[in-house]
Parts: sequence; structure tokens; C-alpha cells
Amino acid sequence: MMKNEHVLHVEDLYLYFVTKKGIVQAVDGVSFSLPRNSATVILGESGCGKSSLARAILRLLPRNVHTYTGKIALDGQNVMALDEDTFRDQIRWVRISMVPQAAMNALNPVLRVGDQVAEPAMVHLGVTKEEGWEMARRMFRYVGVPEGFLNRYPFELSGGMRQRVAIAMALVTSPSLIILDEPTSALDVLTQANIMNTLKRIKQETGTSYILITHDIATSSDLAEYVAVMYAGQIVEMNNAANFFSQPLHPYSQKLMASVPRLHGKQTLEFIPGRPPSLLSPPSGCRFASRCPLRFDKCDQDPPTFHLNGSIVKCWLYEHEGTLTTPASETIQPEE
Amino acid sequence: MTLTDPAPVTTHIAPGEPLLSVRDLRVWFELRRFGLGVAGYVRAVDDVSFDLYEGEAIAIVGESGCGKSSLMRTILGLNRPREGRIIFDGRDISRFTREELRWYRTRVGYVQQDPYGALPPFMTVRSILEEPLIVAGVKNRQARIERIRKAMQEVKMTPVDDFLGKFPHQLSGGQQQRIVIARAILLEPRLLVADEPVSMLDASVRVEILTLLRQLQQDHRLSVIYITHDLSTVRYFSERIFVMYAGKIVEKGPVDEILERPKHPYTWALLAATPEPDPRNAHMFREVPPGEPPSLITPPPGCRFHPRCAKIIQGVCEVKVPPEKEVTPNHLVQCWLYDPDVSPDPPDM
Ligand SMILES: Nc1ncnc2c1ncn2[C@@H]1O[C@H](COP(=O)(O)OP(=O)(O)O)[C@@H](O)[C@H]1O
Ligand SMILES: Nc1ncnc2c1ncn2[C@@H]1O[C@H](COP(=O)(O)OP(=O)(O)O)[C@@H](O)[C@H]1O
Ligand code: SF4
Ligand SMILES: [Mg+2]
Ligand SMILES: [Mg+2]
Repeated sequence: MMKNEHVLHVEDLYLYFVTKKGIVQAVDGVSFSLPRNSATVILGESGCGKSSLARAILRLLPRNVHTYTGKIALDGQNVMALDEDTFRDQIRWVRISMVPQAAMNALNPVLRVGDQVAEPAMVHLGVTKEEGWEMARRMFRYVGVPEGFLNRYPFELSGGMRQRVAIAMALVTSPSLIILDEPTSALDVLTQANIMNTLKRIKQETGTSYILITHDIATSSDLAEYVAVMYAGQIVEMNNAANFFSQPLHPYSQKLMASVPRLHGKQTLEFIPGRPPSLLSPPSGCRFASRCPLRFDKCDQDPPTFHLNGSIVKCWLYEHEGTLTTPASETIQPEE
Repeated sequence: MTLTDPAPVTTHIAPGEPLLSVRDLRVWFELRRFGLGVAGYVRAVDDVSFDLYEGEAIAIVGESGCGKSSLMRTILGLNRPREGRIIFDGRDISRFTREELRWYRTRVGYVQQDPYGALPPFMTVRSILEEPLIVAGVKNRQARIERIRKAMQEVKMTPVDDFLGKFPHQLSGGQQQRIVIARAILLEPRLLVADEPVSMLDASVRVEILTLLRQLQQDHRLSVIYITHDLSTVRYFSERIFVMYAGKIVEKGPVDEILERPKHPYTWALLAATPEPDPRNAHMFREVPPGEPPSLITPPPGCRFHPRCAKIIQGVCEVKVPPEKEVTPNHLVQCWLYDPDVSPDPPDM
């Protein structure tokens, strides 16, 4: 595959934080590629580094960064090489935008929502206020907020409507990639279904791509074409949705799938005892080993990433079936 | 007294009688406007009736704002009903003396939605759990410690000594919720009200907490009211489901009936919107009824779901409140589609 068929290519990405207790290895050598106009879900329990990965991609870094290295290519362009001013002018919010975790509660309470959606367009695309409002109007139609709401303040909207406004803000600059961090976790099921429908329609109509970060596996399947599973700062499986939801590879993925409540069927609900390890001093072997029902001797060593049938899995169980390749060629095959 | 002692109060219910009966309950909140006195009412609970039996778990499912917490807080004696009765153990709770009310509070445990908000931040786990015992008059310090230990073992906060001196912020969300549950079962209640006990938690922790609640329910033959907006979890947790919409319980029935043979168009909508992990989902759009739940200050006349309902029977649904009909044994629905005089041919989902 040629590189610029990928909207995003990430290679050996590291993001560590300094804290009083030591170095937090929040993103620890992550590599993956996303096809253009695709939707990829990043799953994992809290504290596995999902939000940190999003911040690393958008270069939204806190003050206490210890290490920030790796390669990030957007539409084939190495954006890691850009200086901060250029990155801010040309990339962040312009070509990659984000709906942050709890965005619907983070709207500015004293600004009309129309102004808040127009603002990114005015700041990053340099359009006039009138043009900005015209774009905001168009975005409201896209995300399904009545145009009359442009003049309202956030408190005058329901949670679902505020979340749509937050999505409109991320959409107004027509980015090629939108990162959605837990966009529906706090919402009711009908509102959630509505927003997933909206995201799907936007993807079809605008050609944008999504990274959807969530711990809610059932809801993620409403959007997912690809699934990446993060555990203790690393990606332990990447697969297309058809494979993942029917036969996840990594034991962690299998355990996650077994913990999904289902409306129908007789299977019992399981949970994964214990917690993910501290990212201050993660175990030197497989990071999931202490919770893994299938672990064996080899698991004391850090497993490499194996490739099989277009999927990627970081687990010794696949040593013989899988092959080792360099991260540069890491890509997953679309489902048939 | 230890946790396994029987409750020190004689029971008033005859065999086959419910532990809790809610009858024609209305909970309205006054809306006050400056200088105008009462400007209207938020009709958070409007004509709700149901029975709950010993050892039974029911789930109340509905979107936020439909009145679930108002209903629970009224059952707990924290809100005054405008109309209707709540009968616990054969007695009307509105007639309770102060002494009886204190007893009632020991019979009913409460698990709130937000564990962190439910726990006083400057108290240790030990003092949080000791307080209800002191209030309940357990004078012996050693006896209190024994009961705290026992409750903490039941919620699997072990080794107990590792946690007794901790403050809430030093615990994970799941551990905080375990402490809230320990506090709720400390006085050996007969009824446990769990108001969205897992909605603030990570998906993986949710299953752990629900499994724990189910085990406690079975071990102690507790009656449980489990409130949730997530239909996918109820099957693992309850025997019956009540579906609530805009202040009313619109459908009640055994879990399998509601999940496999739902009757009310609102229940259909909830089920259709609840995803299962299936890769085909990404290639289809979900059917969602238009609009949002109505204002409870000026709810729509007739059936409260009618403005959003695809099956509306014009001239009926928007005029008259649908009566409750029993479609199959113990499966009740408030919808005109199941009134043979109005709709001779009831639909299937
Ligand atoms: N600015 C920061 N400084 C120090 N530690 C952080 C910072 N941001 C996140 N972390 C830590 O990094 C780890 C991963 O966090 P996060 O990326 O938020 O995970 P997730 O989104 O999967 O829940 C956690 O242990 C968290 O406490
Ligand atoms: N103390 C109160 N005073 C006024 N209105 C209230 C009060 N408590 C709840 N309400 C209103 O009653 C309605 C039902 O709320 P609630 O019972 O919390 O619903 P749920 O728990 O289903 O989300 C909402 O419109 C809410 O704003
Ligand atoms: S009563 Fe009428 S409007 Fe209400 S749910 Fe039934 S069919 Fe729809
Ligand atoms: Mg996060
Ligand atoms: Mg509530």
C-alpha cells in the first residue's frame, strides 16, 4: 500500500510524563496506520493510555512531558518534523480535530453555541464572522441541531444537543481526521444511537476519518471498521471489525469481549479480575500476563508484534502462526 | 448482633404478599416563580403502581429525566409524594412515627449513582462505615468493628485492614462503589435500591460490580430495585423489567418477555437503539424515534409518547391516557395498541 492511501501513519510513538512518583509511560511504542475515510476504534480499560495517545497525535501536550518521540504522518506528510507554530497553523484543528472527553460539559457557558462553532473556522481558516456563522449553520444541519439553536447558550440545550455542538466544532474546518474521545459515554441510549447515526452519515458525506476512543465495546461496533486494543500504553491487537468482533486474537481482547453485556443469548457475563499495571514501572514481560488465563513460560519475556492474515497481535500464542515484520509495513487488511 | 442475625423486628407481611407496594404514586415538584407563588409542577412521577416481592430483583429502565430517581427517593422517604401510597412490610410509610422511620431506614439500603459524591471526602472508610452503626444504636465498639469487617468482606474489599484507614480519593471508582454497597448492606436491609450503580464506572468494572450486587441479592434474599438506562445489563440482574417514560411506567413484565416480546413502541425504540457487538452495525443506521422526551411541566396529553410514536392511532393516542392492559400473564402495557376496542389487531415488534 502506498503511504498516502493512509490518512494517518504512526510509528514508534512514545509519550512519557514526569510525576512525583516517577515516569509515567503512557504511550509506549505505538505503531499503526489508518486507511483514508475509515473509522478505527481504540478500546481498553481506563488508564491504558487512550487519551494520551490522542493528545500525542494532536500534540496537545501537558507541561510535564518527559519523552515525546516517534513518527506521525498525516496524508503522507511527516508532521512530527513541523515546528509548533506550523503545526498549530496547519495541522491541529485544521486537518486533525478532536472532540475531547466530556466535551459537552466543556462548552463556554457565556458564549452562544453558534459563536463557538464559528470560532475554529475564523481562527484556523481565517474566514470572516459572517462566513463563520454560515459554516456553523451548515454544520448544525449536518449534526442535526435545529438552526434556531445557533443563538442559544449551552445551558439551554440538552446533553445530546451539546454533544452534537461539540462534534460540529470539530467538523467545521473539514479535517481529514477527527478523534472522538468517549463521545457518547454519558448519554442515553437513544441519544447515543442518534449520534452514531450522525457520525456515520458525516463520514459517508465528507470522506473524513475517525479515531473513536471508548471503553464501550457494544457501542463502538456501530462505527468500527478497524479495532485497536490498547493495554498498559501499548497496542496489543489491531484487527478489522469483522474479525475482531467474531474472533478477537489477544487474550485481553477475548476477555474484553466476554465482559460485554448482551440483550439476547445465554452466555454468562465475565469480568477481568485485577487492574491494568501501573505505567510507572510496567512489567518487563507481557504486560497482561498477571491477568492472562492462557499465560505460559514464554510470557515472562516481552512479546513482539506478530502479523497474521493482515491482523496484528502482541502475544506469544501467535509466535508460530504469525510473522515478524518491521513496523513500517504495519497495516491491516480491510474486511472483504 | 452480627450481620447474620435475623432483623430484630417482626415482619408484617403474610406469605405471598409483596414486601413493597406502590399505589397511584404521584411525585410533583413545585415550580416557583419570583412573586408568583407556585407557577406549575414538574410531574416527575405521575400515577405509578407496582409490587415488589421478597427476594426479587426488578429493573427500572428509562432515559435520564424520566423520573427514576424521584421515584426512588420517594420510596426511601426522602421526597413527599403528592398522592398515592407506599406500603412497606404491610405498613404505610407516610404514617410512620419517627421511631418507625428510623427502623425503616435500616430496612432499606441505598446505592447511589456517583460513588465519589456519595462518600464524605474527609472521612476514612472505617468512619464512613461506622457512622450508620452508631446512628442505629450499636453501642459496643468491638461489635461495630466486627460488622464493618464482615460487610467489607462481603463486598470483597480484602484484606480489610488495607482499606480501613483510606480516604475515598485513595480508592478507584470500583472500590468506592464497593464501599457504598458495604454501607448500604451494613444494617442488613430487606430492600436495596441501586440507582444507576455502575453508569459512572468503566465498562469492565461495571460487570464486576453488577456481579457482586447479584451475589449479595441471592445470598441474603434481598429485594432489589435496580435503576438503569442500559437495557443490556438487566438480564443479568433482575427478574422483571419496568420501562419508564416521562413519569410513567409504560411497560412491566418478566425479563424474557420484555426483551423477546416487547409491546410498547417506546420499549421497541430502546431495544432497537441498544447495540450488541456486531460488525454489521457499522454498515447500517439505527432507527431512532424523532424528538426528545417531553417536558414534565407540560407533558403531552393522552399517551406521553405520542409525539414521537410511529404507531400513533390518531384521534385516540393524543387525547386519552392509555389504560394498563395485561397482554400475557404478568406482562402489562400502557398503550392503545393493546386495547381491543381501539386496535383489534395488536402489532409485533
Ligand atoms: N499529564 C499527565 N501527567 C501524568 N500522568 C498522566 C497525565 N495524563 C495522563 N496520565 C497518566 O497516564 C496514564 C494513561 O492515562 P490516559 O491516557 O488518560 O488513559 P485512558 O484515556 O486510557 O484512560 C494514566 O496512568 C494517567 O494517570
Ligand atoms: N427536587 C427537585 N425539584 C424540582 N425538580 C426536580 C427535583 N428532582 C428532580 N426534578 C425533576 O424531575 C424530573 C425527573 O428527574 P429524575 O427523577 O432525577 O429523573 P431520572 O432519575 O430518571 O434521571 C426532571 O425533570 C428533574 O429535573
Ligand atoms: S399509545 Fe399510541 S402513541 Fe402511545 S406508544 Fe402506543 S401507539 Fe404509540
Ligand atoms: Mg481517557
Ligand atoms: Mg437519576
